[in-house]
Amino acid sequence: MNKEQLEQRRDQWRQGFAREKARILVCAGTGCVANGSLAVYEALKREVEARGEFITVDLLLESKETGVAVVKSGCHGFCEMGPLVRLEPSGILYTKVKVEDAPEIVEALLNGGKPVERLLYHHPLTGEVYAAEHQIPFYHHQQRTTLANCGRIDPEDIREYIANGGYAALAKVLTGMTPEAVCREVIASGLRGRGGGGFPTGKKWELTRIEKGPKKYVVCNGDEGDPGAFMDRSLMEGDPHRVLEGMIIAGYAIGADEGYIYVRAEYPLAVKRLKKAIAEAKEYGLLGQNILGTGFNFDLKIKEGAGAFVCGEETALLASIEGKRGMPSPKPPFPAQHGLWGKPTLINNVETYGNIAQIINKGADWFSGIGTPSNTGTKTFALTGQVANTGLIEVPLGTTLRQVVFEIGGGIRGGKKFKAVQIGGPSGGCLTEEHLDLPLDFDSLKAAGAMIGSGGLVVMDEGTCMVEVARFFMNFTQNESCGKCVPCREGTKRMLEILQRAVNGEGRPEDVETLQELAEAVRDGSLCGLGKTAPNPVLTMLKYFKDEYIAHVVEKRCPAGVCSALKGYQIDPEKCKGCSKCARLCPVQAISGELKKPYQIDQTKCIKCGACVKNCPFKAIKEG
Amino acid sequence: MEQKNAVFIDGQPVELNGEKNILELARKIGVDIPTFCYHSELSLYGACRMCVVEVEGRGIMASCSTPPAPGMKILTNSPRVQRVRRTVLELLLANHDRECTTCDKNGRCKLQELANRFGVKRIRFGERDVKLPLDNSSRSLVRDPNKCILCGDCVRMCAEVQGIGVLDFAGRGSNTVVTPAFHKKLAEVDCVNCGQCSAVCPTGAIVVKDETDRAWAAIHNPAKMVVAQVAPAVRVALGEEFGLPAGQIVTGKVVAALKRLGFDKVFDTSIAADLTVIEETHEFIKRLQKGEKLPQFTSCCPAWVKYAEHNGVDYLKNLSSCRSPQQMFGSLVKKYWAKEIGKKPEDIFVISIMPCTAKKYEAALPQFTTDGVPDVDLVLTTQELARMIREAGLVFDQLDVESFDTPFGFTTGAGVIFGTTGGVAEAVLRAASEFVTGQPLEQINFEAVRGFEHRKEATVEIAGQPVKVAVVHGLANAKALLEDLKEGKADYQIVEVMACPGGCIGGAGQPISPTMETKKERAKGIYNADKLSQLRKAQDNPVVAKFYDQWLTEPNSAAAHEALHTTYSNRGRIDGEDIELLTSKQPDRVDIAVCVGTCCYLKGSYDTLQKLMRLAAEADVKDRINLHATFCLEQCEQGPVIKVDDEIIDGVTPDKVEQVFAEKIRTKLG
Repeated sequence: MNKEQLEQRRDQWRQGFAREKARILVCAGTGCVANGSLAVYEALKREVEARGEFITVDLLLESKETGVAVVKSGCHGFCEMGPLVRLEPSGILYTKVKVEDAPEIVEALLNGGKPVERLLYHHPLTGEVYAAEHQIPFYHHQQRTTLANCGRIDPEDIREYIANGGYAALAKVLTGMTPEAVCREVIASGLRGRGGGGFPTGKKWELTRIEKGPKKYVVCNGDEGDPGAFMDRSLMEGDPHRVLEGMIIAGYAIGADEGYIYVRAEYPLAVKRLKKAIAEAKEYGLLGQNILGTGFNFDLKIKEGAGAFVCGEETALLASIEGKRGMPSPKPPFPAQHGLWGKPTLINNVETYGNIAQIINKGADWFSGIGTPSNTGTKTFALTGQVANTGLIEVPLGTTLRQVVFEIGGGIRGGKKFKAVQIGGPSGGCLTEEHLDLPLDFDSLKAAGAMIGSGGLVVMDEGTCMVEVARFFMNFTQNESCGKCVPCREGTKRMLEILQRAVNGEGRPEDVETLQELAEAVRDGSLCGLGKTAPNPVLTMLKYFKDEYIAHVVEKRCPAGVCSALKGYQIDPEKCKGCSKCARLCPVQAISGELKKPYQIDQTKCIKCGACVKNCPFKAIKEG
Repeated sequence: MEQKNAVFIDGQPVELNGEKNILELARKIGVDIPTFCYHSELSLYGACRMCVVEVEGRGIMASCSTPPAPGMKILTNSPRVQRVRRTVLELLLANHDRECTTCDKNGRCKLQELANRFGVKRIRFGERDVKLPLDNSSRSLVRDPNKCILCGDCVRMCAEVQGIGVLDFAGRGSNTVVTPAFHKKLAEVDCVNCGQCSAVCPTGAIVVKDETDRAWAAIHNPAKMVVAQVAPAVRVALGEEFGLPAGQIVTGKVVAALKRLGFDKVFDTSIAADLTVIEETHEFIKRLQKGEKLPQFTSCCPAWVKYAEHNGVDYLKNLSSCRSPQQMFGSLVKKYWAKEIGKKPEDIFVISIMPCTAKKYEAALPQFTTDGVPDVDLVLTTQELARMIREAGLVFDQLDVESFDTPFGFTTGAGVIFGTTGGVAEAVLRAASEFVTGQPLEQINFEAVRGFEHRKEATVEIAGQPVKVAVVHGLANAKALLEDLKEGKADYQIVEVMACPGGCIGGAGQPISPTMETKKERAKGIYNADKLSQLRKAQDNPVVAKFYDQWLTEPNSAAAHEALHTTYSNRGRIDGEDIELLTSKQPDRVDIAVCVGTCCYLKGSYDTLQKLMRLAAEADVKDRINLHATFCLEQCEQGPVIKVDDEIIDGVTPDKVEQVFAEKIRTKLG
């Protein structure tokens, strides 16, 4: 297939899809599948078939017939509300759809009836009902460019990708641009690596391009390991060809003929869809030998990772592809000079590659017009935690935290107060209310002690103990440390011990200083990014929530009331009538007092059984 | 100074001269940047983080992995640098078994030295929380994982310099350990006992097995005549333990010290080396004339021999059948000399003083024990001898020199150069042409085989015939040579292999020295000793000639073979103990071994095993079958593999068991 043939097919398929009467898109992302979306898909298909309206994509594209297509799509991002069903062209989004809802949905669609209201999105705080997807605040404030196809097309059908403009950028590059020009375009776009560090992508490409060949590699880092992050997964599952196209363009730009996609084995659906995409791209001459008849060769292989967080670090990832133990090595030399099997290697994150095709298609100026001058384009985030709407979002860089949390996220659940955001996963830090108007970009976050990382965003409310959060992330990094360098291997272990002591109520006053000192030494001394950033949650906790930590260590108190070892019961003297019921019930005689006067609890004796709280007739006893 | 090509270290401009990293540059100007894991001859690892420096604009960087760039402003001792280094030390010490006073490395430990240098006075992070078992299985080494700081020096030494890779990391995070595969013990894997891991270990995590107690016990036993043999490489290194420069020849003081310690006789292993030259050269000439089993590999180095027994099985027949000089010596002493002086072999206690840890293993091999009496009773390393000298309070420097005893004290330069890489080859070359032509050789220095290049090659004419010689040291170089031979990329007639870099002078039993420079000085000492010798060819040694007259008749005779030669065997890669399932002592029994190694197990060998048991029971022949589950028969691709008596049968999947049982086992049972 050459460029002209590609364009012919694109037109043909586009016209075919335009004949659709309607399209029912059932989310087949991992979250919705887990919630039963595949059965919903079958039920919807059956209903449409029963009404004689069903048409397969094959028939739609290859004949003049028309009908309703029922399609499995990639992730829509609003995973919490899944299984999601989206109707086109109306744009109606049904949430939490069950098999038994299928007849009603199809009925309403085919007979022009009103949408099924109970399946529409109801705002959890305002109760407002939204029919069209783009009106829902969660989507309304987003700018989905990289994720444009996610949830709109069938990721397992290359024809849908091509009909939506796919591989046009590749054709443009191969037939009309020199490798230098491609690198220049990416540099001009201002795109920065989406994997966390934010290194200018174009610069990385150019550095790899100028290295001597002939053998070079392109590697895609799909080892997304942050707890709660699923941006790369959604993109690989929902629009795999976009990633492939970016990689093939990269191969052309740097002069490589071989690439690897490193995906965690815990992402079986991503692996399956990428494999399918690779096979289809090869079938259409978009991958392999003599791509689009231009003489350019590029092949892709998938390498499944075994689930070590550290393999997201590029040198460890390369070691893992080589079949070695996934341990980082010192840089320099950088992969651009000495990468996979010692050859110059370009390694970028999934989302970075996902941005390439649109930069080529729409131009660097278009891209740099989004976001802020030094942080161009959009960024996907996995928004989780105590916000009303959780899910995968895409916003221009520079969007404020407030917009993300309150407009897209819909504010804090259950009317509680916002406390902090943990951004960037275990390598990131927590930000507080004072940072709500901070623009989300690489530089501002770094200055505040956090980092974009791969884009995990966990919102926490007032009921969250920041010491426990720091302990949780420290436990994660210390488990995931590869064990190579001393500060990370031994330092994270000892930091965890200190934090564990704090939440267990065994903290020592000198721990405050030791923890700070240790965290700084681990940050300064570690070999790779994992170790250098591992202390971030602790350092930001010490910076923004030091009082809370001191309360744990010195006063043996957890202000958020989370740490069970530190839970204590207090009698409110205002409410206590001095009836003595609690003192009589207490199994360890920890409560004493004079009748008709407020009683007291001896914290050293209290075993926190809760008997007093449960039985106080005046609700005068509280945890805290 | 041209400032453009300079960096600033602690404010001082330093010109760049192609230094590959900041660490080496700083050391050049006299700043000793501390490190555990940086060794110029090993690959860059960058893990200990002791070598960090602060680079203006770039922050804290590891100096071992950062190349200096013009204009860099480097601080080697800033507060941030100090804090990282002290924290690293404190963290390492917290996880380290801190029983320093009873540690083998006490006083020579890098961790101890740096903790002292950095004034670490308190450890805020508790104690080590797990106590892992010692690995005492090796004849040569002791591994104590509780003292390991995971610098990976041993791992890289074994893999990169020795080409073996016995040790590697397992587990991750704070559970990481250095261990042989599957947590096996050193004695169960293909460790060749070269001990180079212990030579680079900065702490007491891998040390040479200390057997000085056994030496004292023999010395203090009046019933024993204690005889020492001293290897050539010891005499140019022992002085280092007592502050003398590397390479200084201290032969006379070594003899004196041993005498003062209570040894009854002190002999020189070099005389056995002369004997080796004669035996090995005759063997070589025979092979050369017949054109078979070439190239002939030397066999003096027990680590190399064991390596070949594990990894070079195709070339075992090419190894010279000569025992090493140590074992030739022991054999002569116990088999011949004992009789001559009217002693029973068991009343003579032979202690070798060796630069080598593998010699401990070699001396304990069953083929070197005759009627329950070992030819060599005990091997002490140079380090252990130094310890005994210190314990006895001898001031080494002030000892008056003494001479070796007769008859095993008369040596030539040929036997002495055995101590360095290229020495054996040179000694053989000095002999070969004389043996063939009968004409005395004038030019006896073979410079081409000297030096520290990884592989040295030379073509020498022997009686008009060109003979290609290769010399390698470091087993990775031997491995590469074997591969070249296999692929037809190289062609030699004689190859000398020494496992340790530099040869025996670089043995792991020598005083610990991190640098190649020390080894080069020792080599110089060896060649000096050769130059100073009156006789420099093994064949000129009159005492050796007398041995042939009196005891051995002639080179390669039956008597010589009996006393001076040996055989080799395929050791496989892993030495696992079999699991006995059915035991039969009947003379007409059938021995069956079923491989339950990973590959065979995955292919169903466990079911194969069970089915065999059942078939044996059904046929009522259980009492006539010796059935074992074994670890690996090295036919992994064709598994499941079973061995019936000496026949290996592959592809015995559970569905084929009945057929195999009927055809291969029933038939044997009659």
